[in-house]
Amino acid sequence: MNNSILKAEGVHTFIEQHHILQGVSFAARADAVTVLIGRNGAGKSTTLKTVMGLLPAAKGKIFYRGKEIQKNKPYEIARMGIGFVPEHMGIFSELTVEENMRVAMLVENDASARRLERILTMFSALKKFWKSKAGNLSGGQKQMLAIARAIVNDTSLLLIDEPSKGLAPIIVDVVIDSINQIKERSVVVLVEQNFYMARSVGDDFFILDDGMVVKSGGMEELAQNEELQSRYLGISKIED
Amino acid sequence: MAETIFKRWSQELTLAGAGILFLLPLFEIQPKTYLTLTIAGLAMGMLLFLVASGVSIIFGLMDVLNFAHGALFAWGAYVGFSVFQLLMKWVEADSVLKNFAVFLMAMAAAMIAVAVLGIILERVVVRRVYGNHLFQILITFGATIVLVELIRVFWGPNDEVMIVPHTFSRNWDIMDVVISKYRIICIFLGAIVYGVIQLILKKTKLGTIVRAGVEDRDMVQAMGHNIYLLFTGVFAAGAGLAALGGVAMSIFSLQVYPDMGGTYLLFAFIVVIIGGLGSVTGSLVGALIVGLSYNYVAYLVPWAAAGVNVLIMIIILLIRPTGLFQAGK
Repeated sequence: MNNSILKAEGVHTFIEQHHILQGVSFAARADAVTVLIGRNGAGKSTTLKTVMGLLPAAKGKIFYRGKEIQKNKPYEIARMGIGFVPEHMGIFSELTVEENMRVAMLVENDASARRLERILTMFSALKKFWKSKAGNLSGGQKQMLAIARAIVNDTSLLLIDEPSKGLAPIIVDVVIDSINQIKERSVVVLVEQNFYMARSVGDDFFILDDGMVVKSGGMEELAQNEELQSRYLGISKIED
Repeated sequence: MAETIFKRWSQELTLAGAGILFLLPLFEIQPKTYLTLTIAGLAMGMLLFLVASGVSIIFGLMDVLNFAHGALFAWGAYVGFSVFQLLMKWVEADSVLKNFAVFLMAMAAAMIAVAVLGIILERVVVRRVYGNHLFQILITFGATIVLVELIRVFWGPNDEVMIVPHTFSRNWDIMDVVISKYRIICIFLGAIVYGVIQLILKKTKLGTIVRAGVEDRDMVQAMGHNIYLLFTGVFAAGAGLAALGGVAMSIFSLQVYPDMGGTYLLFAFIVVIIGGLGSVTGSLVGALIVGLSYNYVAYLVPWAAAGVNVLIMIIILLIRPTGLFQAGK
């Protein structure tokens, strides 16, 4: 995978005394959506947090556009053009939707204004609740705001952690549509447990289990391998 | 049902209860005396707000319990005292303009000097103990000892009588109600500082980032903002507010002494516990509750003056453990 934009090599991460990532290696292609999948506690969210610098990598290397970033601070990594949507969405609930977007905008100029306009066309609900407190938004609207904030800058890589979590199926479809639009402009690395969503947007997959990548390949390959789905994702075939 | 209503409206009910309580002294006190006490209470409250808001902002954003805040307050008072000594002619002049000019200069000098001290304290001491409250208490308590000893080295160990700008010590007599001019100045000073803080927090991008940081520090970092630079700035601003409180309070109490910070730090913690750690409006409301109740009770039941605020704090903790206002508001 020579055209990888993001690459992790043998990354180990501890949370307190727990050894969560035990040598995670993966590469995200610049022209594909990469999905990290696996059961609860496999280390998917920890991987994204480690890439963002929110958790320190105890060992291993992370490359973004060929540059080592595992020692950089989170704000430096964000300024390189990496957007992050955490699992809990990270919405500032006491701030309005407008203020949430302002905090996210690192530079306010004509280009960012155009980006904002495009984002508000994509997520029209945000326009409607522009002056409302973000804490009053519904779960789906909060997810839209979280994604909108992450792409309001000139983001070349977007890391999204379980965007479908806790959302109604109809809202999941909206999120899938938005990710399909975003992938036209930015590279997307997605953590997802919902296989329907992973399959709808993903091109490449990496299955994590017990803090390690145990299987990787193309999404179509995974879609056709029921044994793999059952073993690592807990998806069982419904008998007719 | 009743419990749900109480939970939902606990803030409003507590504030309404406090309002009614503050009118009760009218049964025992002459209206003119009540007015004088109210003005004294408001002035004291506003001065406590200056000290408490710094503690609250520093805790709200940085999650740091800064026990050295009292020592920074004392440093502010002494820097102001030195400015008054240097510009004694302006202090003694029978000119409102010169008196105000020297007052503003004393406040500016104190804020700048103590903000620099705050930056050093944050970078050298506090930064090492982020995320550990016990170490924060111990290390900032240690810093307090050092800072207070440095006051003794630079200004001497004795209490000093604070110099008061000439026209500030006068009173107005409006229909037999004696109103100290300086108390009115204190009320306006507190209101202006509250307005400026709110303006910065609500209307500027920096303030919005600070409010966002109070809610979720990691997310602010993940959006490309250098939270550590922000921490240093907030700590410096908090220290500056402590210094401002130190200058204003020392004129109010007419004295400066090396340990003066400890007394007011205790008040500041009571204020932020009542108002809610991390909330500027909470600090203002808490400070006014403390200032007013202290003055009314000191007049009616002098021996209970010191205890009444502790009692209010305990009641608030029982009703609303997070304080009257939420962080970030």
